[in-house]
Amino acid sequence: MTATAVAIETVDVTPAELRRSRIIGFSYIVMAILVLWLFGLGTEGDARFGLAQPTERFADFPDLVLPAAPFAYGVAIVLAFLGGAQLMRGFGKWTNIILGIALLLFVFAFLTWATAGKSFSLVGMLRETVLRAVPIGLGALSGVLCERVAVINIAIEGMLLTGAFTGALVGSAARNVEVGGLNIAVILGIGVAIIAGALLALALAVLAIKYRVDQIIVGVVINIFAVGLTGFMAVRVLANNEHLNSTSTAKPIGIPLLEDIPVLGTVFFRQNIFVYVMFALTALLTFGLFRTRWGLRSRAVGEHPRAADTLGVRVYRLRYLNVMLGGMVAGFGGAYLTVGAVGRFDDNMTSGRGFIALAAMIFGRWHPVGAVSGALVFGFAEAMRTKLAILGTNIPSEFLAMTPYVVTIIVVAGLVGKARPPAADGQPYIKEGG
Amino acid sequence: MTDQIPPLEPTKDNGDEPSDSRRFFEDITGINVDWRTALMVPFLAILSALIVGAFVMVMTDIDILKKWPKNPGGAAADSWDLIYSAYQALAKGAFGSVGAWSETVIAATPLVFAGLAVAIGFRAGLFNIGGQGQLIMGGMLATIVGFQFASPSFIHIPLALFAGVLGGAIWGGIPGILRARTGAHEVITTIMMNFIALFLMNWALKTSFVRVEDRIDPLSKVIETSAKLPRLLAWLDRPELRIHAGFLVALLVAGVIWWLLFRSTIGYEFRATGFNPDAARYAGINVNRTYVMVMAVAGAAAGLAGASEVMGLHHRLFSGFQGTIGFDAIALALLGRSHPAGVVAASLLFGALKAGGRQMQAATDIPIDLILVVQALVIIFIAAPALIRAIYRVRTGEGTGVVTRGWST
Repeated sequence: MTATAVAIETVDVTPAELRRSRIIGFSYIVMAILVLWLFGLGTEGDARFGLAQPTERFADFPDLVLPAAPFAYGVAIVLAFLGGAQLMRGFGKWTNIILGIALLLFVFAFLTWATAGKSFSLVGMLRETVLRAVPIGLGALSGVLCERVAVINIAIEGMLLTGAFTGALVGSAARNVEVGGLNIAVILGIGVAIIAGALLALALAVLAIKYRVDQIIVGVVINIFAVGLTGFMAVRVLANNEHLNSTSTAKPIGIPLLEDIPVLGTVFFRQNIFVYVMFALTALLTFGLFRTRWGLRSRAVGEHPRAADTLGVRVYRLRYLNVMLGGMVAGFGGAYLTVGAVGRFDDNMTSGRGFIALAAMIFGRWHPVGAVSGALVFGFAEAMRTKLAILGTNIPSEFLAMTPYVVTIIVVAGLVGKARPPAADGQPYIKEGG
Repeated sequence: MTDQIPPLEPTKDNGDEPSDSRRFFEDITGINVDWRTALMVPFLAILSALIVGAFVMVMTDIDILKKWPKNPGGAAADSWDLIYSAYQALAKGAFGSVGAWSETVIAATPLVFAGLAVAIGFRAGLFNIGGQGQLIMGGMLATIVGFQFASPSFIHIPLALFAGVLGGAIWGGIPGILRARTGAHEVITTIMMNFIALFLMNWALKTSFVRVEDRIDPLSKVIETSAKLPRLLAWLDRPELRIHAGFLVALLVAGVIWWLLFRSTIGYEFRATGFNPDAARYAGINVNRTYVMVMAVAGAAAGLAGASEVMGLHHRLFSGFQGTIGFDAIALALLGRSHPAGVVAASLLFGALKAGGRQMQAATDIPIDLILVVQALVIIFIAAPALIRAIYRVRTGEGTGVVTRGWST
């Protein structure tokens, strides 16, 4: 894209964009009213947010104390101002960033209201957010890898589940020895989970690329197959052999110096290997997809396989490669659920995270950074649900649980603008005369 | 993929005129049937799936696995015994007695409704994964109407069934509207609607309006007797024969859907849109309106599945009453080639697998999850007849082809 092309894109305002801009503007105003009415009026006391955990180096880092009602009034004023500005002149290319900030303010006003008169470990919730985002984020990255070469991967759920199962099984069966600070059982569990993910991806690739079966059907089949097989094995093998279902787990590894930073250290730099790999992969894939030959070719295959083929790119080979890589990433993400977290497998323990990952990928517009950001949003929603139960608000937990799904629908339905998938997404490629 | 350019002469069968009976069948049903392939592929698919299932059974039996190196003959004999006893229990549980037949039909009933819900979508080029949520909403509304009102059966039953239709139609219609107005892909939105319906039901089961009074677990009040679907074999005076009139409703709905799809203008528009939405739009069909209607009709069918489960079988709502019916439905629609008659046949087959699978689990400790593996394999063999071709060296028709599209348009 050249500079002129970008300039033209921003100048042209289609009716759809104008409508969207208005909808966003009005939602700011609605949010301002809600904040004022629900979180401001009649609220008393201060909200005390803990910013440090007792195990930290700076455990005496001061709490953040906010007077609940005045804070809500402040947020309402800011939101109303944003709404006015959005309706009057719009924010141009800043629209989405402003939208993110507005939503963040809204959520924070909600948290302050829920915490008023009590205290709440904010840093604990943020840490939980990152952890809960891991399987979703890795699943979403798997989706990005596959869909950038135009293979729809609905099977993320099945890959996560299989990764979780094999991770638990192999991690438990392997001998629990430490070699140079690394736990062999954990490494083997992760390794086999990656292989299992790759095998399912191979099935997806062969059926979708070679036999040209409808990709969504293949994905659904792999999901059913994974639920059936892991459930079957869990009853038949794990239930009678409890020792095969208790793996040692990956321990948090602190990154020297960085882990001592207040707030950020606990949230990002004292986590286990899965968290680091997720963020590293995000950076790696962003660089890979947009700065390397492999990435350019992958994107070409996803947008216009015929043209890519004409220029000598081996379409099938690249599709096989990327789908398999995607399977490996998803298998690794699944291993997090057992080897990286609870240490045991439970029937259908992914409970729809693979589909959330799919939504996160669309949310992130098929971009690694966007996909993981989407995963963090879902992780935040999950973390908030579990942590808010402690605070005891009078909102039924089911409605909090529903929020991420409702948000996804709104997002997919176009509040964040029309997301454009790779042009050839889902279409099998038939080599001419080949 | 061959390396040669395909020959120019037609590769299909010789251009014989179809026989009268076949032409009659095509006229009636609106599908092109080649009897041999139409029956051979499903048969071989099921056979292959059962063989793989047997393999899975043997490979996960630790005792037999340990026996192989020492005593291969004994291990083989044990394997055979295991497979034989498991599949025998399965067959017995599905067809072995009147009670088994009753259970098979009971299991098949919601599958017919839900399978139709997916099949209608496929016919119009939409992939409705939302059967689960639509079923929950249908079941929930039917339950509320069931316990809230008291009236004679001939009013109460249709009213409760209609509540099921309404719940499902709304839950299916929302993704339809979103698809038509914003282009949001129905795969994502219906999956999200499934979760929302699930949480909505869990919440409703906690409210004092729905929950049964003297219990704290999430169970709804029992519906009035006047809203219960009559038991078909009540005159035999054997309480274990639970088969209920829901199956008759299912057959009726399958007939109506068939008429709608193949005999009405609306159905023609559905199918034209599924065949090629651009051409349909060019021909003056309002494609967006079609999307909304397809999803609403599909949702209504799935909603009836929930209503019939509540009104015929459980007589109350509880968390988990939905099972995995909405997802099994995808397999059914594929197996039944998105044709109402095919869906009914496929539902009876899956109902038999389900009823038999329970018996198998009770008799031989083989977990019922094996049935899911078998189902997955059946679908994949049906969707990719090339696999069947490669394994059995027979000639088959082409696969289901692309029945769904990518994320946009």
